[in-house]
Amino acid sequence: MRRHRILIVEDSPTMRQLLAFALKRLKDVDIVEAQDGMDGLRKLTADAFDLALVDINMPVMDGLKLISLVRGEDSLKGMPIVVITTEGAREDRERALALGADEYLTKPIQANKVLQVAKSLLKIG
Amino acid sequence: MSEKREGLFSRAEEVIGLFRKGAEFTQELLRENERLRRELARVEGQQLAASDEHAWEKLRGELLARIESLEGERTDMLERLHQVEDENRHFTERYIEIEEENNNLASLYVASFQLHSTLHLPEVLQIIVEIVINLIGAEVFAIYVLDEKTNVLSPVASEGAGPGAFPACRLGEGMVGGALANGETACADELEGVEPGQPIVAIPLRVQERPIGAIAIQRLLQQKDGFTPLDHELFTLLAGHAATAIFAARLYSQSERKLNTIQGFLDLLTK
Repeated sequence: MRRHRILIVEDSPTMRQLLAFALKRLKDVDIVEAQDGMDGLRKLTADAFDLALVDINMPVMDGLKLISLVRGEDSLKGMPIVVITTEGAREDRERALALGADEYLTKPIQANKVLQVAKSLLKIG
Repeated sequence: MSEKREGLFSRAEEVIGLFRKGAEFTQELLRENERLRRELARVEGQQLAASDEHAWEKLRGELLARIESLEGERTDMLERLHQVEDENRHFTERYIEIEEENNNLASLYVASFQLHSTLHLPEVLQIIVEIVINLIGAEVFAIYVLDEKTNVLSPVASEGAGPGAFPACRLGEGMVGGALANGETACADELEGVEPGQPIVAIPLRVQERPIGAIAIQRLLQQKDGFTPLDHELFTLLAGHAATAIFAARLYSQSERKLNTIQGFLDLLTK
C-alpha cells in the first residue's frame, strides 16, 4: 500500500506536535512539518505531498499567500489543502475557500475532526 | 435405388422422433397425474380433519402450540436483538468516550511536553501563550508574574490587547489576585454577563504553595461558546506545569547570571 505524505505548515510547535500526534493515528502516513508559509512552499515544491494542513497567521509568509501560490502551480493544483486557524469569521472562511482551500477548521481543534477530514481528502477508510 | 433407401431412412427417423416426443409427453402427463393425486390426497385429508371434530381439534391444538412456540421464539429473538443493540450502543458510546479521552490526553501531553522543553523564560511564556490560544481557544488574555517583594502581579505577556488592558493587581485582590492567593481557578458562572475588560477565568500559577503568577482570560475566540472538560483539565495542568516551567526558567536565568558574575570574578583574579 502506498504511503501518504502530509505536510503541516504551522508556526506554533505546540500545534505542530498536536496535529502530528493526531495524524499519526492514520496508517501509512509520513508527516513533514514546516514552520511558516515560505518553509511550506519550499517543501511543497521540492517533494510530492498528498495533503497540506495550513495555518493562516504565520510569520514570513501567511497561509493565504501560500495557498494562492500553491494553486498557481500546475503540479500542486490538485493537492488538497486544509486550513486550521483561529480566525472564525465567515469572511475569513470564504476567502480561504475562494483561494482554493478544500476545508476550513477553526482552533481549538478537535483531533477527531482533523482525522475525519484527512481521511476523507486522502480517500482512506 | 440408393435414393429410395435414403428416403426410407429419413422417414424412419421422423417416425422415431415422433415416438420420442410421444414418450416425453406421456412421461410429463404421468408426472402431472402424480402431482394432482398427491394434491387430492392432501385436500381429502384436510376435508376429513374438517369433518372429524376430534381430528380438527387435534390439528388446531397442534397449530396453536406451534404458533405459541414461534411467538415465544420471536419474543426471545427480539429481546436478544434489543440486548445486542444496547450492547452495541454501549460499545459505541464507550468508544467515543475513549477516543475523546485519548485526544484530551494527547493535548495534555503536548502541552506538558512543550512547557518543559525549554529553560528560557521568553520561550516558556511564548509556549504558555500558544497553549492558551490553540488548545483553550482564548482571544484576549495575559500572563501575570508576581513580584515576591512587593506582592504585585504584573502582566509579562499578553495577546489580543495591549498590556494596558491588563492592570497590575496585588496578591489577594480582585479575581486574579484572589485566585492566586487561594490557589483555586476562578471561572465566571455566565460568560456573557462579564463586563468587557474583566477576566472570565483566572488561573493561579503556583509551585506547591508558593505563588508564581496567574493567567487571566478576558475573551474567547468567537467560534468558542464555553469551556469543555478538557479546558478545565488544561487549567489544572497550566496551574501546576506552567508555574513550574516559569519558576525553573527564572531560577535558571538567575543561576546563569550568578555563574557569569562568578566566572568574571574568577577571570579577574586569575589574570
